[in-house]
Amino acid sequence: MTDAWEVIFHINTLTAALRLATPIALAALAGTLSERAGVINLGLEGKLLAGAWAAVYATYLTGAPWVGVLAAVAAGMLVGALLGLFAVGLRANHVVAGVGLNILLLGLTTWLMQVVWDSRGTSPTVAALPRWTIPGLRDVPLLGDLLGSHSPLVYFTLLAAPLLWVVLFKTPVGLRVRMIGEHPEAADTLGIPVHRLQYLSLLAAGGLAALGGAQLALGDLAWFSQNMSAGRGYMALAANVFGQWNPLGSLLASLLFALTDAMQMRIQTLPNPWPTELVQMLPYLLTIAVLSGAVRRSRPPAALGRHYPPEPGAGAP
Amino acid sequence: MLDGTPAGNARGWLRELAQSLGAIVLALLAGAALLAAAGYSVRDAYWSLYQGAFGNVYSIADTLLNAIPLLFTGLAVALAFRGGLFNIGTEGQMYAAALATALTALALPGWPPLLLITASLLAGAAAGAAWGFVPGFLRARTGAHEVITTIMLNYVAILLTTHLVKTRFKAPGPVDQTALIPAAARLPELVPATRLTWAIVVAVALIALVDWVLRKSSWGMDLELVGQNPSAAAYAGVPVAARTALTMAASGAIAGLAGSTLVLGVLHRFITHFSPGYGFTGIAVALAARARPWGVVPAALLFGALQAGGLSMQLFARIPADLITVIQGLVILFVAAPGLAALFRRRARGPVPVLPREGTR
Repeated sequence: MTDAWEVIFHINTLTAALRLATPIALAALAGTLSERAGVINLGLEGKLLAGAWAAVYATYLTGAPWVGVLAAVAAGMLVGALLGLFAVGLRANHVVAGVGLNILLLGLTTWLMQVVWDSRGTSPTVAALPRWTIPGLRDVPLLGDLLGSHSPLVYFTLLAAPLLWVVLFKTPVGLRVRMIGEHPEAADTLGIPVHRLQYLSLLAAGGLAALGGAQLALGDLAWFSQNMSAGRGYMALAANVFGQWNPLGSLLASLLFALTDAMQMRIQTLPNPWPTELVQMLPYLLTIAVLSGAVRRSRPPAALGRHYPPEPGAGAP
Repeated sequence: MLDGTPAGNARGWLRELAQSLGAIVLALLAGAALLAAAGYSVRDAYWSLYQGAFGNVYSIADTLLNAIPLLFTGLAVALAFRGGLFNIGTEGQMYAAALATALTALALPGWPPLLLITASLLAGAAAGAAWGFVPGFLRARTGAHEVITTIMLNYVAILLTTHLVKTRFKAPGPVDQTALIPAAARLPELVPATRLTWAIVVAVALIALVDWVLRKSSWGMDLELVGQNPSAAAYAGVPVAARTALTMAASGAIAGLAGSTLVLGVLHRFITHFSPGYGFTGIAVALAARARPWGVVPAALLFGALQAGGLSMQLFARIPADLITVIQGLVILFVAAPGLAALFRRRARGPVPVLPREGTR
């Protein structure tokens, strides 16, 4: 039994967790940004899929994974604009619009995979993103193993979280975004363009989440497979709640979720692995447990999910 | 519910019908644009879709067969909507119920058909109710948003049933499935020599029951009050938390019967990964039905037709059937967007959607 625990809590598990946390964390940051602007973002799952598909398709066409990354950002921004169009412009219920987008993109990516590659399971293998090795860091014990060599998007995520924190909490733009999420009427009175900033937040969030898809497809693997996000977009939203709508909290919560994912993968390499399906349930069960424990102590942005200007006849919530 | 106040008058009803039809037409047009952009012939695609759905007696039977599980999942999502809850966990509830039904049918050999079928259906409904109760209870007690918890429970249900079948209940052979259920447990055919069974009668009876409960019973009125204004409901003395958990349990039980009737009527055993997404299609059905129980009937027929037609489109026009999922997603988006209808009416009038309870998580 001690052998099993050694395998599970090996430094390689932590390293894998960092790699696996990246798609969830990028989507969680996207969730934090759009929800701070007052828009519930349940479309993260669809953005991950859109980003992953676009990344693989562009890499397939050009042979250059960096073009794939750019294509992912473009696709994610397009989906973000769509969510804006429906949730902000056409005043759809944010939750329904997000779920509709997810179903749309699950269908669209599966359909396009067959149209382009004539396969419903996985795409052909394409060029993966390079692994960057940080010269000095690589040789530091433990820390070098943990952080020394990763996909560029892993490093991007570690920088993006504090950067988004600074933007949201230390800059005038961030203050305006948060004000829209808390009190759009007041923001409007001050001349802040509520809808325009919501659209911009959703565009940026779309790009961020789609980068998570690119990491999923080109950083971890080198292909697209049907529904490869497997619920990570929803986990990301739970991570954002657990992280109290704070980019740094979102990053840490994503790491927690990824840790169980990394553990279940390590467990399966044991000589006497525990039953595959039971172990694979761990991240999903943890998400439910964490969300149930976290929500009571959380305070979402006050105007989250509301339309502006408010519906005629609807009282203040 | 989708329009804030139940539209009791004929005009409101017609307006909702027009909005749903408009959304479906728009989604089909967007699908056509997608087909054209990918270089397919739209005419061939939609013709083979139509042929596969309504072309002859067999395709009509296929449409009906595909519509039956959607009657259950659509009604389940609609009931939750009316209570202000978004149950996207019908897929998981189906899996839990289907396995419970199959195991019950296998465990009670020698029981007379009527008793055995009833017991198996009840076991399935109970398993589905349990699978729906958990997110309802968590929502009521902790505020954890049911959309996230139900999605997570979908994955848990599919993994757990696969595990149980693989390790405990697997019939010999390459496929992960249980043994065939006894003949006494199989739902009798409604139309001889088809797979159209009494499941359709069970579904329609449930729809009538839910419609009655929502319109006439105090339970249904409480449920809608909780859906539209939880704080007012609490003020009026409605136990909001208990109603929330019970609504999700009832929704789960109904969704579960989709899985149970598939096992007893069509598959005659539990097969891992058996559902082609009846749960998610149920969301589109419920929205197109504007969360009205009787609206679920035409909506389920429509999406059953799309599903049946999608397969024939794949077979004869060589166009992947997943286009149907795209159309479902579009219908959900278009029905949910009141601003879209307002564009067509030039001016927004009347109450605007409040579905489901917003802003809290």
